[in-house]
Amino acid sequence: MSVSGLGGEFALIGMAESAVGIVPDKSPRELCVQVTLDAIKDAGLTLAEVDGLITCNAFAEPIMYHAEAVAEYIGWQPRHCVTVNTGGGTTFMALNMAAAAIQAGMADTIVVAMADSLRSFMSREQAMVVQSSSGHPHYEQPYGPTVPAYYALIARAHMDQFGTTEAQFAEAAVSCRAWASQHPKAQKRDPISVEDVMNSRAIADPLKVLDCSLVSDGGAAVVITQKDRAKDGPHKPVTLLGYGEGHAYEHISQAKDLTTSAAAQSGRAAYAEAGLTPDDIDLLQLYDCFTPALLIQIEDLGFCGKGEGGAWLASGISRPGGGKPMNTHGGMLSYCHPGNPGAMFGLTEAMTQMRGNAGERQLPNMRTALCHAQGGIMSSHATIILGAED
Amino acid sequence: MAKPIPRPTPTEQPFYDACSEGKLVLQHCQHCGHVLFYPRTHCDACQSDQLAWEDASGAGTIASYTVVRRGVSTDFEAPYVIALIDLAEGPRMMSQIIDADPDALAVGLSVKVDFAAWSEDITLPVFRLHPALDGGGAGP
Repeated sequence: MSVSGLGGEFALIGMAESAVGIVPDKSPRELCVQVTLDAIKDAGLTLAEVDGLITCNAFAEPIMYHAEAVAEYIGWQPRHCVTVNTGGGTTFMALNMAAAAIQAGMADTIVVAMADSLRSFMSREQAMVVQSSSGHPHYEQPYGPTVPAYYALIARAHMDQFGTTEAQFAEAAVSCRAWASQHPKAQKRDPISVEDVMNSRAIADPLKVLDCSLVSDGGAAVVITQKDRAKDGPHKPVTLLGYGEGHAYEHISQAKDLTTSAAAQSGRAAYAEAGLTPDDIDLLQLYDCFTPALLIQIEDLGFCGKGEGGAWLASGISRPGGGKPMNTHGGMLSYCHPGNPGAMFGLTEAMTQMRGNAGERQLPNMRTALCHAQGGIMSSHATIILGAED
Repeated sequence: MAKPIPRPTPTEQPFYDACSEGKLVLQHCQHCGHVLFYPRTHCDACQSDQLAWEDASGAGTIASYTVVRRGVSTDFEAPYVIALIDLAEGPRMMSQIIDADPDALAVGLSVKVDFAAWSEDITLPVFRLHPALDGGGAGP
C-alpha cells in the first residue's frame, strides 16, 4: 500500500561527503561540484550516465541559477536540472522530487547535491543575521529574536506543558556527542556530560550553547535511480521505502501548537507508505538543530508518547549501546551543520551503516532507518524511511 | 546592520498608524468573526476579504518566552525578553516584554500592551507584566 506511489521503487546507489567542519580551502560551489562528482563515482557511473541534478542554494555564496551553475562548472548539460529550497527540509523534499521526476520520465538517474560554508565564508554575525532572517520581517525580526530564541520559545512551552527539564534537553546533546566521539570526521569529538551542557554559556534561556548545533562548512550528495536499474553498482543499494511531508506554518508566532509539530504528519505518511511502525526502525537520524527540536521529533515520530521525550532521552536508549541508536555520526550538534545541507549527513550516515562501512561505530543488522529533516522553526517537515537490500 | 524596521504595506498601514497613536488594533473577519494577527488581505480562517479594524483591549497572557542572552546583532543589547503573547481577542503575536525581572516571568502570566518607538516613523507594540490581572497586587 503506497501513499505517494514512490515507496519501494527507488534506490540510493551512490553517496559522497566533502570534508566537514572548518573547510576554508573550497567555496560552497566548489564543495557542491566535488560531492556531485564523487557521488556519481561512488555509484559506479560516469557523468554521461546521469541525467539529472537537484541542488539547493548556499547562504554563503548565493547563485541565482544554482543547479545550472554547478552543472556548467563541470561542463555538464543534464536533462533535468533544478534548485530547490525548503530550508533544512530541502534535503529529503529534494530526494522525493528526484523520485517523482524519475517516475514522470524527466530523468533516469539524478544526483541530489548540496553544500554551504557558514563557518569559513561568512562572519559569525553574517551567519546569525542570515539565519534569523527566516523571522517575519514586520512581526518578528524587529524585536530581535535569534534562531536559538525561536527554539527557546518551543523549549519553554514544552517545559511548561509536560514538565520537561533543561537537563533532559541536555541529554540529547550528550547522546549525539557520545556517537561523534567514535567518528573520526566529526567536528566536535570530546565527550560531554549533562553538567557540561548545563554549565555552558547561556544563549537564549533555557538554551545554552551546547544545546545549539554547530556552524560548519561541508557538502554531501546522493544518487537516486529506479530500483530495477540499481542492481549493477559497486555498493548494495538502499531502498526508499517511504516518504512523508508536513507543513504547518512558516513563522513560529503563527504556530497553532508550539509543542506538537508537523513531524507527526510527515512521520505518519512515511510509516504508512513503508508499511512499518516506529518499533520496526533500527536507526534514527533526526534533525538536531537544537536539543528541543530533537526531543519533539522523537515524540511526534512515535518513538515515545507525547511529553515523554525527556525521559526517553535520559534513559540512554539513543546512545552507543542503547536499543534505538540515533544520530550515529553525531548529528548537527556534533558532526557538522553547514545550514540547509545539514540533514544530508544523517542520510549519508544511514547509507554508510546499511552498507556496513561505519567502522568503529558500525551497528549490527541495520535493516531500516528513519531520516527526518525540517525547515524553518519546526515549520515544514520531511521524513524518509530507508530499507537495506538483502 | 541596523535594527530591522517594518516598511508597512497599504494593508498593514492602519496597524502601524494606530500604534503611533498608542492603540492596538486587530482585523476582525466580517464573514466568520475570526480575529486576525498579523494583518492580512484575507482571513486565515475562511479566506474572506471582508476584514474590519477594531480596537483591541491590549491585554494578553504569556504563551512562551525566552531571555535572549546573546543579541542577534550589536543593535540589540542583551539581555532582552522575546515572548509569544496570546491576546485576549484570540490571536498570538511575538513581542518583547520590557522592564521585567527575568525571574518573575512565567508562561500564563498576564501582560498589558505598551508602545515603543522603533524609528522616527514606526512604533511597535511591546508588553509589560500586569500582576493586577493575576491577582498579584497593583498593576500599572
